[in-house]
Amino acid sequence: MQTPAGMPSPVSRLVGLAEPQQTPLLSVRHLSTDFVSLDKTKKGAEIAHALEDVSFDVYPHQTLGLVGESGCGKTTTLMSVMRLLPAAGRIIAGEVLLDGVDLLGLSEREMRRYRWKELAMIFQGAMNALNPVIPVGDQIREPILLHELMDRQDADRRVDELLDLVGIAKSRKNLYPHQYSGGMRQRAMIAMALACQPRLLFADEPTTALDVMIQAQVLDLLKHIQAELGLAIVLVTHDLGVIAEVCDSVVVMYGGVVAEYGPIDAVYNAPRHPYTQLLLEAFPDLNRPAETLASIPGTPPRLNDLPPGCRFGPRCPQCSEHCSQKKPELVEVTGTAIRQPSFLQHHWAACHLLAGVAGPAALKVSD
Amino acid sequence: MDTQTASPDGASLRQSSAEQTILEVRQLYKHFPVRQSLVDTLLHKPGKTVRAVDGVSLSIARGKVLALVGESGSGKTTIARTLIGLEQPTGGEILFDGQLLDTSNRHASDGAMTTPKITLKRLRLRAQMIFQDPYESLNPRATIFEIVAEPLQVHGIAKEPQAREQRVTTALEEAGLRPAADYFLRYPHELSGGQRQRVVIAAAMALEPELLLADEPVSMLDVSIRAEILNLLRELQRQRGISILFITHDMGTVAYFADHLAVMYLGRIVESGETFQVLRNPRHPYTQALLSVVPVPNPRLRRQRMILQGETPNPVDIPPGCRFHPRCPLAAERCRHADPPMVEVEAGHQAACLLVG
Repeated sequence: MQTPAGMPSPVSRLVGLAEPQQTPLLSVRHLSTDFVSLDKTKKGAEIAHALEDVSFDVYPHQTLGLVGESGCGKTTTLMSVMRLLPAAGRIIAGEVLLDGVDLLGLSEREMRRYRWKELAMIFQGAMNALNPVIPVGDQIREPILLHELMDRQDADRRVDELLDLVGIAKSRKNLYPHQYSGGMRQRAMIAMALACQPRLLFADEPTTALDVMIQAQVLDLLKHIQAELGLAIVLVTHDLGVIAEVCDSVVVMYGGVVAEYGPIDAVYNAPRHPYTQLLLEAFPDLNRPAETLASIPGTPPRLNDLPPGCRFGPRCPQCSEHCSQKKPELVEVTGTAIRQPSFLQHHWAACHLLAGVAGPAALKVSD
Repeated sequence: MDTQTASPDGASLRQSSAEQTILEVRQLYKHFPVRQSLVDTLLHKPGKTVRAVDGVSLSIARGKVLALVGESGSGKTTIARTLIGLEQPTGGEILFDGQLLDTSNRHASDGAMTTPKITLKRLRLRAQMIFQDPYESLNPRATIFEIVAEPLQVHGIAKEPQAREQRVTTALEEAGLRPAADYFLRYPHELSGGQRQRVVIAAAMALEPELLLADEPVSMLDVSIRAEILNLLRELQRQRGISILFITHDMGTVAYFADHLAVMYLGRIVESGETFQVLRNPRHPYTQALLSVVPVPNPRLRRQRMILQGETPNPVDIPPGCRFHPRCPLAAERCRHADPPMVEVEAGHQAACLLVG
């Protein structure tokens, strides 16, 4: 599971131009995850390549967005990093470095010390992730009692502080989840994720089921907490608008691979991958009403029946013979994109069409 | 097409005559009684009501799209359900193509005698609804053919097998499911979310309706699929001249799709007008706030957002005065007492706020 030591770390390549002293809190490198299902009607096992060669960095005080359609591997990425994959999931390659420690090399017992305390997660469908028969305050207290050397009184005090931080009145801590509105349940989930003062927060579709106004409240709260606690946040969503509002950098995923990765401004204003370009055109924009919205015909690939070449090939309007045979690698495109000195990362995309464009400056993550 | 002149009263919201107005709603109310506990009933406590729709007037011009925008609980779905007769209105009138909708078997109240009536069944032949969730609105045990043919069967249209097959084929192909015959014998679970929503649209279109009530038709779909369905609805509207009541909470979609826009808050329309009038120059503080929080897919356009605190109040206890005043950043003393009427702020653009005009 671990890359042999001594191999030149690709981290250095991803670290930025003007602020080289900033080191990432989390570096994910070449992460690949399979789902193995034993199909009794057929011989042997069926393997779905849910993630292949996923790499990105997360910096303190910054928010990274993971965006893509359903089934493109966003949640699987988070679950792989947290090592919370369901039984069928196997991490087959890659590194997940938190402050230089490879989480994939830890024993389950050691890993348990990292969850909640170092990396915490706001799960998808948080509205329904709370236990309906336990008061909300008690649920928030549970990870504190499990992970911190604290007695009940101190833990209760921490719960009060957390509720205060997320804007829920202390008097409501003994209520049950059904007595909370959707927005309040989401706030409670955020409080719970922050219970052990993690440095890295994963938020999996934290606003998907919420109204726009409540969504704005929750995003605002995340920003506020980030400023206050210096958290690094990874935000998973399919909403390009949400990413544009709150993220510093973004990973666009398609069919289990990284299609494009870079600073938010570069990816949105100079997208290089055809998928990113189409996705942005398909998103209705209040400020740019279009005559017809671009659509992407077809559906994302089934992960147990992937096309041999580029995974986006079958839906790509610019797909060539070469694309359908060979997988494109993630190459740096910064040289031809917007270059702003304050950005930490370069801009990367995985598309054969860029091979000529990027020129000699092109770097491969896998070098 | 029967074209009848509508009664001249209640025409405050529209200037057009009945030929151009496919649907008109006047002062629609829908209140739901809240179930009381036995003790409260025995003590003769006054029953509470949820005022889901609380005096809504709107009209849709033939061939146009009216978007009804609001947060959950604002009453937008209840309006659509009432329009198609799935709920009995508590009060108000619904006129379809100048004909008063007969929602009950009883005689409607006074003044309505002069207006011709339309029964629910006749209405549903000419107006169809598309529901939000394509995963739940299709019968899992029916084939696609049965689903699309059912409305024809109900209304006794195209009774011969060949004619019926022809209608179903046309409907499916217009909804983008080609070749249609490939789908006839398939079941909903075999289709993707986008394809299911196309089946829902095909079933609605099989009757060649004049009005579609689309209740959040794309909110459950992925971005790329969403664009396809929106383009499809727009194509149908352009080519067939269908009118659409488009219910959504997504302002971005509205800008792309709608000719007119009505913003709802707690059972009332607080602002309405042509889409670009409202989007460019929102006058009601609620509309302004709602627009400011719409995520814009461009990081260079990050802006000051007007985030309202708290949540939409429970429609059982609607605040007195302006129903928005407890959350309104601009609320003045008089807003606590007076319920603001809709006033015209520019031609064709109205807002219900004491601070405008």
